[in-house]
Amino acid sequence: MTQMSNFIIPAIVFLVVAFGLLNHVKIYECFLKGAADGLKIAWEIVLTLIGLMMGVGILRASGFFTLLERALSPVAALFGFPAQILTLLGVKLFSSSAATGLVLDVFGTYGPDSYPGLITSIVMSCTETVFYILSVYFLAAKVTKTRYALTGALLSTAAGTIAGIFLAAGMT
Amino acid sequence: MLNYLWAFMILGGILCGALMGNAETVSNAALESAGDAVTLCITMAGIVALWTGLMEIAKEAGLVERMTKGIAPFLAFLFPRIPKGHPALAHISTNVIANVLGLGWACTPVGLKAMESLADLERERGNPPHVASPEMCSFLILNVSSLQLVPINMIAYRSQYGSANPAGIILPALLATLISTAVAIAFCKMMDRRVARI
Repeated sequence: MTQMSNFIIPAIVFLVVAFGLLNHVKIYECFLKGAADGLKIAWEIVLTLIGLMMGVGILRASGFFTLLERALSPVAALFGFPAQILTLLGVKLFSSSAATGLVLDVFGTYGPDSYPGLITSIVMSCTETVFYILSVYFLAAKVTKTRYALTGALLSTAAGTIAGIFLAAGMT
Repeated sequence: MLNYLWAFMILGGILCGALMGNAETVSNAALESAGDAVTLCITMAGIVALWTGLMEIAKEAGLVERMTKGIAPFLAFLFPRIPKGHPALAHISTNVIANVLGLGWACTPVGLKAMESLADLERERGNPPHVASPEMCSFLILNVSSLQLVPINMIAYRSQYGSANPAGIILPALLATLISTAVAIAFCKMMDRRVARI
């Protein structure tokens, strides 16, 4: 699976550049223009990351995670992964940037290629911030009765999460 | 939301650290992680710029437009009751494509527009405007199910933390995304049918 993954990025790069060339796009100028936008995005991310990594760093050094993990570990032990993952899954429902702080903490502690690191990589790639998206989008439409949207959203997130855990187990 | 979360992290962390006698490690951690964040973003900046540069080519070459047309049958299947040519459909398809290509920052504005035009549609139908329509529910469930093809940010984080193969998660992540999206679609179709019966 990892070997096939390796072909995806080069294939996308090749296709996009070839397609641009065939359509007479000034590809290099275009690339530079888009890349400048990317730098702007990264710059905006710096600020949130400083705030959130500091927050997670403080929580971690304070021993809070150790306490939380002790409380959650019986549940996590059922699935065979560290309790940190449970915290991460919970936080991801509300805030993507706060979850990023925890993702990096998992990568720092266990390494991105460990079982917890792989669960994190896959599950964070296939889920979204359920409560954030629903509240912002429904607010825009001025909707107060949301009917079955939350049920469906949580159901799909649960499906992605369970699939991610099994896939990660299959890779280790 | 983030305000409270952050306040909890900082205040809770410092209090907990003081109570458990970890004040010194807390102080070091705060300074160190702020520095780490900047190092990480330098790696991020390169990878994200590469991606946005490529996507600019794709946009300019008409690839995004072509993909938008390509998913029309799929949207017709998911939203059969939106009249053809309604602005909601155009917004929804742009949002879906932006999601698929991982253009996160481009998804939200057009997604909000899609919700507004879905609200207009409800008004045209004469339904109460504060109740979510089946289309709104389907659109949001689809959005939450994640449609992203290549999780570029996660690859950047993995590479920063010394993964032997940062891009090795693309395929499993894609599989998990397909599963969550399939469940989302099945659920929406089921609820749609129930709504239609009433």
